[in-house]
Amino acid sequence: MNTVKSKFKGNLKQYGMLIALVVIIVFFNILTQGRLLKPMNVSNIVFQNAYVVILAVGMLLCILTGGNIDLAVGSVVALVSAFAGQFIIVWNMNVYLSIVLCLIIGILVGAWQGFWIAYVRIPAFIVTLSGMLVFRGLTLLVLNGMTLAPFPSEYLMFSTGFIAKDAKMMLFGLNINIVCLLAGVAIALIFSVIQIISNQSRKRKGYQADSGLALALKLVIISVALIWFFALLAQYQGIPSVLVILGILLVVYTFFTTKTVVGRHIYALGGNEKAARLSGVKTNRLLFLAYVNMGFLAAVGGLVFAARLNSASPLTGQSFELDAIGACYIGGASAYGGVGTVSGTLIGALIMGVLNNGMSILGISSNTQQVVKGLVLLGAVAFDVIGKMNLSLFAKRKKAVAAGRET
Amino acid sequence: MGNIILQMQNITKVFPGVRALDQVNIEVTEGEIHAICGENGAGKSTLMNVLSGIYPYGTYEGDIIYQGQECRFHNIKDSEHKGIVIIHQELALVPYLSIAENMFLGNERATVGVVDWDLTNQKAAEYMGIVGLRENPRTLIKDIGMGKQQLVEIAKALAKDVKLLILDEPTSSLNEGDAKNLLDLLLKFKLEKGITSILISHKLNELAYCADKITVIRDGHSIETLVKGKDDISEARIIKGMVGREMTHRFPPREHMIGDVAFEIRNWTAYHPLYSDRKVVDNASMVIHRGEVVGIAGLIGAGRTELAMSVFGRAYGTNISGELFKDGKPISLHTIPQAIQAGLAYVTEDRKGNGLIIPDSIKHNLTLARPEFISERGILDKDLEVHKAKDLRQRLGVKAPTVEQLVANLSGGNQQKVLVGKWIFAQPDVLIMDEPTRGVDVGAKYEIYQIINDLVAMGKAVLMISSELPELLGMCDRIYVMNESRVIAELPAQEASQESIMGYIMQDSKKEIGA
Repeated sequence: MNTVKSKFKGNLKQYGMLIALVVIIVFFNILTQGRLLKPMNVSNIVFQNAYVVILAVGMLLCILTGGNIDLAVGSVVALVSAFAGQFIIVWNMNVYLSIVLCLIIGILVGAWQGFWIAYVRIPAFIVTLSGMLVFRGLTLLVLNGMTLAPFPSEYLMFSTGFIAKDAKMMLFGLNINIVCLLAGVAIALIFSVIQIISNQSRKRKGYQADSGLALALKLVIISVALIWFFALLAQYQGIPSVLVILGILLVVYTFFTTKTVVGRHIYALGGNEKAARLSGVKTNRLLFLAYVNMGFLAAVGGLVFAARLNSASPLTGQSFELDAIGACYIGGASAYGGVGTVSGTLIGALIMGVLNNGMSILGISSNTQQVVKGLVLLGAVAFDVIGKMNLSLFAKRKKAVAAGRET
Repeated sequence: MGNIILQMQNITKVFPGVRALDQVNIEVTEGEIHAICGENGAGKSTLMNVLSGIYPYGTYEGDIIYQGQECRFHNIKDSEHKGIVIIHQELALVPYLSIAENMFLGNERATVGVVDWDLTNQKAAEYMGIVGLRENPRTLIKDIGMGKQQLVEIAKALAKDVKLLILDEPTSSLNEGDAKNLLDLLLKFKLEKGITSILISHKLNELAYCADKITVIRDGHSIETLVKGKDDISEARIIKGMVGREMTHRFPPREHMIGDVAFEIRNWTAYHPLYSDRKVVDNASMVIHRGEVVGIAGLIGAGRTELAMSVFGRAYGTNISGELFKDGKPISLHTIPQAIQAGLAYVTEDRKGNGLIIPDSIKHNLTLARPEFISERGILDKDLEVHKAKDLRQRLGVKAPTVEQLVANLSGGNQQKVLVGKWIFAQPDVLIMDEPTRGVDVGAKYEIYQIINDLVAMGKAVLMISSELPELLGMCDRIYVMNESRVIAELPAQEASQESIMGYIMQDSKKEIGA
């Protein structure tokens, strides 16, 4: 009982945000008379927010290393999409080769920033502020101030296309993409099987395992949510290709942050850099790699976003860094580092995304939207800070009471 | 003599798990220089923090009676208002502000919030004249030496119309000449202005030079007050007061089974990382055997931590030279991971700053130094981690409901056990333990001693740095004494006593001053 309670308490922040996300979805679905969860709109939400999630995952790793942020992300997105336009549209290069080159450019940009931050120890804020200007300027130089368009459909497929778009059939009186629906069922099944197997092996080795009921409940909720989501997509055009990219990234980075030694070291670095160093963690190298990774993901984001715009424009990606940072903080990352999860970041990005989308459907002006988003960011972090304050106040009071009893 | 200016009666101050001050009494007469001395951690600084309001009224017990009135200070401003000014060991000056700006910081010469800089600089020059500081008031603090900075602090206190001046180890970072100047200045203030001073120091020759009374504090108790001209205030007498305590059953018994040489440090020299001409370790050599606890005694700043950290994969210092041998074979450790792989462990003295990840769980802290023991090809086995962490928690007696518990929520003693446990998890052969019982209560100390005994019983070698001499005498087989960056003596435990160790240190310090 006690452990359930403490487990619940420990995850409260993340569950709290998950609940907030559900509440926001229900709220806007009612206000928009069900338009929010119309299949086409759900598909749209995926397209609109894919780049934010990609960038936010990279930003999370930077923030984990000690509250370091990357202000240059938006400019790197622009630079990479500019190169993509130059390679593919102007020089007619092979699409696959161009994508690889763009990813390499992203990694180089990340290495440049990481070098100054990790080895020369210039504060990340300053290095990336400089990067924001430098890479925006380079974008303008590459594009010569012009917009390049359109991309060939071969390139657009990776981001704005759908998987097996034509596999449609009538089911329960609805025109449904059968591949999408089956994929949803398959993912739910695979997820459940993995969970059950690992729980069994835990039991067998005599470690603490979930009870059958708790596990079943958890798996049913998650499976239903997954299948419902894919069923919605199936009623439109099927699985957006960008969702595949997103899915792979989320799985890989969740695994990396929770299950690997290097992932653990990143948390240690952000929790107490000196202690981590004295424990044999290669702190400089980790900090460097966090920024290299950020560059890589910014390049992925740039490629995705260029395809969505179907153009390479010098103004691409402005204030993207703020969306990414906001998603991390709303998702429960600590501004001092060492605390934060990939799943939380996904939830944070979705909260922002659904707010945007819902307000747009309602016809609320973008000016007002900004105000709301700003307040939501502050509110989410204040919720966290005040929650902690209450806890410590409570602890103090308890101590004071105990002390009073002693005397 | 004059009136009693200050009485502190039955002062008791408790930190979580530690009784830093226990019924301390002190009485200061107007116009005297009153010295307070005691070992590191005896409670001297805590007492002064109580007096100056850094620990506000209500966080301690007992009464402060100043100039005949009971005082309840809620912050430093309150005490400064009454003319009580404290100068800390680490000076509180802003390096990029000028002497004058620092002198009137928080006490600005201003009308309606607008500072009169001419008046400020003129007044600053006046006070600088009194303390004998020949500098331009506009010079930045960072451009003058430590001795002059100390004078700025004193001038700053004068500007606040000081009646009771408290100096916490004022000469610890000064050379002999500057130190004497400072003490003479205190004597001059006493005679000319009737300023009362409280001087905290463990340089006993200084106390004998200028103090009228000496109060000895030990383990949070005020032991005695010696009056100049009435009592014996020789160094031997003061040392006896500082260290003389009972030593029964404070240490668990141990069988002494000493094996081959496990680790040897030869001619080890290291320089300060920022001031690369300052030696922090000077040609130190040590030998540690399997199954042996070897102690390093010395005052704070003697170079003990610097030696330990520079050996541990060059975690500290520059221009490091010397040789290391493990099990008789020469090894070179250039990085911390190399040191850990070679079977070394360094348990830091600063568990919050350098040791633990406070906002993280017990299990993550325990496994941090050797994740390879709970992972395969870089992939963590979290179930194995929980399993091993639970074992270790039980073995060390860490009082916590689960290993998921955050370290932040543990008491100091339990945090210390987690810190030690982290390095036991790393399975080292040689453990360097820096102040392994700092800030933990007597019960937890005993348990940590027991852990150390268990380690050496398993054939590991322990090098223990401690500022508590009884702890070294109670635990160690041999003791090295360090002073001024050098190893000055090596004593078998049977031959060592607190008096002999302190004697070595005092003798060596005197030589230094004489030279």
